[in-house]
Amino acid sequence: MYVAVKGGAAAIESSWRLLEAQRRGSGSLAALSVSQIREQLSLAVDRVMSEGSLFDPELAALAIKQASGDLLEAIFLLRAYRTTLPRLGYALPLDTARIALLRRISAAFKEVPGGQVLGATYDYTQRLLDFALLAEDSLATQATVSTAAAQPNAGQFGVSDAASTVPRINDLLANEGLLETPLPADDAPRADLTREPLMFPADRALRLQSLARADEGWLLGMGYSTQRGYANSHPFAGEIRRGFVSVEMLPDELGFVIDIGDLEVTECQMINQFNGNRELPPQFTQGYGLAFGGGERKAMAMALVDRALRADELGEPHVAPAQDEEFVLSHGDNVEASGFVQHLKLPHYVDFQAELELVRNLRAHHAEAARSLADKPGAPSQPTQELA
Amino acid sequence: MIEQHYNFAFLDERTKKRIRRALLKAVAVPGYQVPFGSREMPFAYGWGTGGVQITASIIGQSDVLKVIDQGADDTTNAVNIRRFFERTTGVASTEITREATLIQTRHRIPEVALTEAQILVYQVPMPEPLARLEPRRRETIKMHALSEYGLMHVRLYEDIAQLGAISRAYDYPVLVNARYLMSPSPIPKFDNPKMHMNPALQLFGAGREKRLYAVPPYTPVRSLDFEDHPFEVQKWEHACALCGATESYLDEMIVDDQGSRLFVCSDSNYCEDRRDGGHVGTQQAVSLRNVVPDQSEPGISSAGGAA
Repeated sequence: MYVAVKGGAAAIESSWRLLEAQRRGSGSLAALSVSQIREQLSLAVDRVMSEGSLFDPELAALAIKQASGDLLEAIFLLRAYRTTLPRLGYALPLDTARIALLRRISAAFKEVPGGQVLGATYDYTQRLLDFALLAEDSLATQATVSTAAAQPNAGQFGVSDAASTVPRINDLLANEGLLETPLPADDAPRADLTREPLMFPADRALRLQSLARADEGWLLGMGYSTQRGYANSHPFAGEIRRGFVSVEMLPDELGFVIDIGDLEVTECQMINQFNGNRELPPQFTQGYGLAFGGGERKAMAMALVDRALRADELGEPHVAPAQDEEFVLSHGDNVEASGFVQHLKLPHYVDFQAELELVRNLRAHHAEAARSLADKPGAPSQPTQELA
Repeated sequence: MIEQHYNFAFLDERTKKRIRRALLKAVAVPGYQVPFGSREMPFAYGWGTGGVQITASIIGQSDVLKVIDQGADDTTNAVNIRRFFERTTGVASTEITREATLIQTRHRIPEVALTEAQILVYQVPMPEPLARLEPRRRETIKMHALSEYGLMHVRLYEDIAQLGAISRAYDYPVLVNARYLMSPSPIPKFDNPKMHMNPALQLFGAGREKRLYAVPPYTPVRSLDFEDHPFEVQKWEHACALCGATESYLDEMIVDDQGSRLFVCSDSNYCEDRRDGGHVGTQQAVSLRNVVPDQSEPGISSAGGAA
């Protein structure tokens, strides 16, 4: 006698308990605090904020803790929280020339106004495992204060204090007419990816919104493909800068601009060659990337993909996947992609039963056809037809 | 225990209103896919976010909710979604199809006939019926606008020419109100005829793909076919082993490694109801008759093994 499997609810509750045990790990070790994650896994926090589309280091750190370090799960948690927040208004465009710099490099010029600042980077670390950090584990409870001074944060090193303007290299080139300066039409209504569905063709502002929350790995692969000949791109990292910038709003009821806080961002301006056409003289074109915090890889990949997606606008031939906006943008959101790939775990037995019935019938027909073919005099003895 | 930190049914009222406006448009243009500002939900995309957003937007205090997945109320995803609405609305839920005013479903239409007082909400993974023929949205939007559905007919014809039958067993394309080609969501084609002239309002939500569509009550829904190859639904040579039903969609269960199978109703409430009414099945597993033994024929698996 068959008894239908019941108890989905009980299984779910047990699963929650097991998940919690997995998250906590060995109880003999101290629990990781959200503030430790925020301070010591800051690049993970930055990625979760960028792709979660919410600048909130504390909640991003909480999401990472809750997700046992699975960053895509943390991004999903942050997005699911973000969706409940009201849209109060739109900030003015960030002025990234007014920046409290942490890092700034240009691969196009040896010397630039405002100077180059190497800042914190893994680029020249030689990637040797630092076994001293392993030894530090036993001293984990002791707080070390010696490095604090070298780690500026928004609180102690705010934008307004620094008040420095560091001209962007793009602007310097544009002043000479060497670089295009694409501007959105002023009268165009501002699209908002979080309120309206993405429709194609998408304008550049909308594409950039989509790229900003797109999966870093996806953009990295897409951007990389443009360097390897899939789309003809000859990029220079015109400028990469990281630092704190002000977020300003112009509330209708006030009529003047107010500063509502600082954001840490990494911005990348790629400069690409452009041969010109009948209307335009040869000049450089740009690709743009921006990510929260120290998301430098993301910002660079984003800039490559942004440039590739401008193929139509610049009259370039469509030859590569990275130039296809519907392909790139429809598949770049890791919350969507992860959900749909993993939904295959859900029961599909109704559909599978339908397929089973179909394949059995097709096979029965196939066998019948093969038999009647074999019965015919002069027919080949082996059935040659195969099910495609 | 109702969740106090969130609005009734999780979504804020403005979002719900926007979704209801999109639904009104969907009802006004049966079978047309309305783009909508789909929100991230506390469910993964692909796990029913479209259906959940519709249900959240139309559910009221007096509703009675039923949630099924694969026809059953007790599958984990159905349990999870029902629990979500219990937590965020406090609305009564039921497993009894007749009692429900609002039924959210994945992959099935209940066996008992629905009424004018009921709304059926489908979870839809891929709302675009043309997606497997033309993946570009920009193109399929044009094809719908021009009723350019020849490609789909050719596809079905090719199946018949190559295999002798249309090889779509679920998500079988339908023409709604003689105008829009529509994906019925991945319900088995067995359920397609139930959509036709159904007294209940049928709403479809695709959260990840950000589309809504609808079949209003008493709307003609025709499964595509040809005069000489009329549309047919699945038939089983067995009855449900538990309740003896011969008219219901059956799930197949593997009970041993000798090829024995147990067939039971996929609609768990329908089956229970029949058993309560005194109907009894054979309680027996069966061995299948239309199974072609693998060795008689160079099938896919044996060919692969020999190579």
